[in-house]
Amino acid sequence: MPEEVSSRESSAKPFQEETLIQRIRNGEHELFYELIQPYERRVYAAAFAILRNEADAEDVAQEAMLKAFKHIRQFRAEARFSTWLTQITVNEAHMWRRKQHANVMEPIVDREDEEGHYTPRDFADWREIPLETLERKEVRQKLGEALASLGEKYREIFVLRDMQHLSIEETAKILGISTASVKTRLLRARLMLRDLLAPGFGGNWSSKLSFEKGTKPW
Amino acid sequence: MVVSCEQVWREISNYLDGEIDANLRSAMDDHIHGCKRCTAVLDGTRNVVELFGDERMVEVPLGFSHRLHRRLEENMPGNRRTFFGWLVAVAAGILVAGSFEVARSSVFGRPALRSELAQPARGVPPDMLVVVSTDGKTFHVPGCRFIHDKAHIHIIQAGEAMREGYAPCVRCMKEYLGA
Repeated sequence: MPEEVSSRESSAKPFQEETLIQRIRNGEHELFYELIQPYERRVYAAAFAILRNEADAEDVAQEAMLKAFKHIRQFRAEARFSTWLTQITVNEAHMWRRKQHANVMEPIVDREDEEGHYTPRDFADWREIPLETLERKEVRQKLGEALASLGEKYREIFVLRDMQHLSIEETAKILGISTASVKTRLLRARLMLRDLLAPGFGGNWSSKLSFEKGTKPW
Repeated sequence: MVVSCEQVWREISNYLDGEIDANLRSAMDDHIHGCKRCTAVLDGTRNVVELFGDERMVEVPLGFSHRLHRRLEENMPGNRRTFFGWLVAVAAGILVAGSFEVARSSVFGRPALRSELAQPARGVPPDMLVVVSTDGKTFHVPGCRFIHDKAHIHIIQAGEAMREGYAPCVRCMKEYLGA
């Protein structure tokens, strides 16, 4: 059976959104809260994926929402509102990063040649993973730590594609790169995360978590 | 068509996303079926996608939505103040603060508490940020396990919470409980 994972979508309702946007443009500004409510989490997540700092991500999320409000007239219906909002957030986060560039150290993995093929380093057996494990804070924390350890260009692709469920084309457009680059980086991000998480979680999902100490597999 | 382990790894992401043609998918299926390592890579990669794709993986800081709305409110047209507007606002603020001071030191006394059983606050810094819920009766420090109705919480200053009749939480605000 095909293993489709690309078709999930948010709860966006384009028709309703279009009406809301039109009414906001006509002066019913308070409807903006209703418009952005489904996307507050994803805007924060996109900012956090790039900045890896809660306070900075919150500031950037606020700036992005403000910018979206101020420029709502520039939104064109051919794009999805969620994509447009994410694009603004990513741009804001990159600008924020540039301003504070001197203070930020990126993981060495960012300097790797992405054209080179990535070879999995670990072959631990991972079969069933009950999603209920996500109820456990330590599981979410370990996953978050693994994601945070990726280089920015892999992390942002992974967040947009696999956490925000944007299409490859939308992800490419937002980041201003080719769809081929999105696919290459996404492959690496997924394999790196698998390598990083497999030793600790493999075969051990329902019992107590025990991450093995050691260096990252890349 | 026969594929190697390396080809499977290179295409595993496209395989999961349904971005490969039927011939390659079929060849990969054949290979994965007989290869323990590629099965492990496929299962693990799929698990990564499934787990991170769950909305529980995105946690926003406590009070995020409230602060965002407040920031937007401050910047909505009509809410932005001119210089004269600011003067009026400052003057009104002084009047309000003064009236509270009068109220506190006069016959008006303390505001009525939302709970008859609660103890009033004593010595709480009025600018301390605390968590309250709309229908709750007490205020808390962020993260307190006693926060009631987490779906409707707000972060406000302790002074405002007390004016609205909230009392300190007996667990996280013990040191501020009145006699």
